[in-house]
Order: sequence, then structure tokens, then C-alpha cells
Amino acid sequence: MYNEKVMEAFQNPQNVGEIENADGIGEVGNEVCGDIMRISLKIENDVIVDAKFKTFGCAAAIATSSTATAMIKGMKVDDALAVTNKIVIEKLGGLPPQKLHCSVLAEEAIKKAIEDYKNKQNK
Amino acid sequence: MIKLPIYFDNAATTPVDKRVLEKMTPYFTEIFGNPNSQHVFGRESVKAVDNARDTIAGIINAKPNEIYFTSGGTEGDNWALRGVANAYKDRGKHIIISPIEHAAMIETAKALVKEGFTVDFMKVDGEGFVDLEHLKSIIRDDTIFVGCMMANNEVGTIEPIKEIAAIAHEKNAVCFTDAVQAAGVLDIDVKDLGVDLMSMSSHKIYGPKGVGALYIRNGLRISSIIAGGHQERMKRGGTTNVAGVVGFSEAFKIANEEREKNFNYVSSLRNHFIDRVINEVPFVKLNGPDKDKRDKYRLPANADFSFRYIEGESILFSLDLAGIAVSSGSACSSGSLEPSHVLLALGLPEGLAHGSIRFSFGKHNTMEEVDYAVDEIKKAVERLRAMSPLFKIEGDKKYV
Repeated sequence: MYNEKVMEAFQNPQNVGEIENADGIGEVGNEVCGDIMRISLKIENDVIVDAKFKTFGCAAAIATSSTATAMIKGMKVDDALAVTNKIVIEKLGGLPPQKLHCSVLAEEAIKKAIEDYKNKQNK
Repeated sequence: MIKLPIYFDNAATTPVDKRVLEKMTPYFTEIFGNPNSQHVFGRESVKAVDNARDTIAGIINAKPNEIYFTSGGTEGDNWALRGVANAYKDRGKHIIISPIEHAAMIETAKALVKEGFTVDFMKVDGEGFVDLEHLKSIIRDDTIFVGCMMANNEVGTIEPIKEIAAIAHEKNAVCFTDAVQAAGVLDIDVKDLGVDLMSMSSHKIYGPKGVGALYIRNGLRISSIIAGGHQERMKRGGTTNVAGVVGFSEAFKIANEEREKNFNYVSSLRNHFIDRVINEVPFVKLNGPDKDKRDKYRLPANADFSFRYIEGESILFSLDLAGIAVSSGSACSSGSLEPSHVLLALGLPEGLAHGSIRFSFGKHNTMEEVDYAVDEIKKAVERLRAMSPLFKIEGDKKYV
């Protein structure tokens, strides 16, 4: 049901882990629905210099976590906000239709982490 | 050297036994007649179907004219519930089933609710056993149907069907059991159990797919759900799947003859598996009957585990990549958003239900395969937990 790119990203995900003293953290999902994703960001001068994830979820959730974090590394935070689940799915060569909701989590977690960063900046 | 991939999903389906296939083969090409035809071609096919019916009836202590061939377990479940509901609705419209039935029962029951029937669920405990006292408390004078599977497909719990049938009959309700997982595995005597209806399937016991049977006790009223010709004594239309029923009866015959041998062998694989997983993988829960009840109250093939802090579908695909085929009760692998209704009925929290994997062993599996699988499970679980936000690893310390 998954294509090779998705299985590769699931089997050998990049950016697994948590950044210590992260500048922004975003956690979305819950155990009831079966997906939890936590993304932590290291940001310097509004540029994402590092991104890591921890995910409780299916193969699609793990693959999109890996791809999304890889994509936003090196991006300006405002550019990263434009990374939608659609773009991540395209990068992965597509997901089965029933898995589209899993990919939304990565987008939401990134947005939440950036929001967290911006809130901290404004304090 | 171990041969990959390994098949540990025997509760989903099994390969056709070569002896079964051999028995079936002539019925595709040489003896192809329609059993309804009057000529010699038809008569040859009738003979084969009659023999198959005799064989199956004999194994479950029924009369041949109480065996009705179907397309499998799903049809048997649909027919039993809908057929009885239609035939007995003048007497009452109350139906009781267990909450851990197959979707074929649950969905038929839901459809009947829309048609004016009332459905109540008997309670099951944390191991999946039906609460007989609760059943007694909800059964009514207008209850027409009491249905419970003989053994659960997901957690393997073997239910007290004889007691359930007795409670049903006290109120003159019809008692049905879905024996799709049990037929050919457990010793079944429908007269001793006292059930009025029992569905069976061929492909769970090394027979072909797309064929099964419904036992209908003589004297029971039941409506048809498939209108058509005069087949199956006017009760089930459609040209009989001759090769299929020949294969089913041969598979059932072999399963019955080798029942004890297979039961003991498959149990030994399963017990070794359960012991190793419990001893070597931290934070797991064995779903279904407790470990000390496994030899008597759990299907010999079944081991269902929840791996805490990780999700079932990701375990399934990790094992698939390692060459091990299993199934999961997680929402993600079912295509719905809800985890297994069986695990939720047993009281499992959603997180644990999402992290469940069913391993079901078969007569073709080996101890080497079991050991290989446990080693791979340990690796997969460790890898996924390292990715889980619910789990922390610092040095050698693993905690939540």
C-alpha cells in the first residue's frame, strides 16, 4: 500500500530525536486517535538550523515526520510555515487516501513549533 | 537457513493443503456438471456435494440435511441473524450478541436496528469471556436471537457456548454461534452444545476461500437471504460451488483427523512465543485470556500483544520489512479511525488498542521461525520506541 519512498523514509527516518534547549516545540495529536507527533526546532536569526521529531504513529506518520523535518532545515521560519502536508506528500511520491490525515500532523506540529518560537521571541 | 517471508497470519487465512487441492482438481474440468441438472453430468456433481455434506455433518454430529453450503463465514453470519430475525419477528424483536463478534454480525445487527429491531450486547470481561450472569439479566421474553462466537478471531478467547445456549433456550430464543475460528480446531458437537445455528468457513482450515457452511437445526424457522433457484433445499439460491464444497469437506476431514496433533504442535509454538515475548520485551500486554488459561481457553494458534508506547501499524510494517507477516488491531491498519472494537470491548485504553499485533500460528510454521520472529520483534520495538514521544531512553535507562 505504501510506495518505496515512504517505506524508505519509514525504515531509515532522518532527524529522530529531541533538541535540547529547543527554540520552538510543537506537539500535536493524542493517544486516542493513535498519532502523536513532537517536533523541536533550533532557530538562529529566523532560520531553522535543526529540526528533530518524535512520533507515535503509523508508517505514514513516521515517514512524513522525517521528510517534513528534512525539508524545513535551512529554511526561514516564514518559508517553513508554507510547507503544507500536500508538499510533503508530493515529496514522498504520494500516500494512500486513508493516510492523508496522518500527514496533516507534520504540518501542524511544525506550525505549532514555529508559533512557540515566535511567542518566546515576543516575550 | 530460515526461509522468508514467514506467515504468522493463519487466523486471516491459510494455504490450501495439497491433499485438498488434489481432491478438488477434477471438479473444475472433468466433473463439472451443475448439480441441478438431471443428466449424468449433474448426477456426478450431486454425488460429490452429497458426500461433502455427509462428511461435514458427521464431524459436528449434525444430520446431512442440517448442513447448508454458503460462500463462507460472512454469509453464514448474515444469514443466521437476518434469517432468524425475519422468521421470528412476530414473536419478538430483541436480539443479543456479544460485543466481540465479527463485523459480519455487528454490521447485520446495526442494519436490523434501522429496521426496527433492538440489539443489546452481552458483557465480556477483560479477557474476553462472556459474563453469563449479565446475559441472564438482559435476556427477555421477546428475545429471539442470542449470538456469540465460539472463539474470538482476534484475542482467541474460547466462549462458554453450551451455557450461553442453555440461557437462550430457557427464554425460547434461538442460539447461534460463529465457529469460523473454532471449526476444525476444537472438538465440536452441535447437539451437545445445543446451538441452533453455527457458521463455518473453509479457508481458515487449509481449505479453499469462498466456501463455508451454516448448520441449521432441523425444525428451526429461517428466512432466505439469497433468493434464487432450488439449491440447498430451497433455502439458498445459487449454483453450488462443487469444487469448493469438495475442498471444504476434505479440509475439514483432515483437520478433524489431525486435530489433536495440530492442536498440540501449534500450541507449543504459540506457548514458546508468548513466554519469550513476555520475558524479553518490556512493557507488553498479552490481550485475551491470561497466560495460565492459554491451553484450555485460548485458541492454540493465537497470541495477541499490545506493545506499549508504539503504534501497531508501524510494528506491522517493521515486521513485514523483516519478512514476518502479522496483523494489527490498530485503526491505521484497518482503514478506519477506530482501533479494534474487540480490544475496546475488553476495556483496553485506546493507546494500547492502537499498539496491538495479532500473531496466529499454523501447522506449517516452525520453532525456528518463532525464534527468528521474537528476535526481530525486539529490534522493531526498540527502534520504534526510540522514536516515540511517549518513551524516553537515557543511557541504559528506559522509562516513561
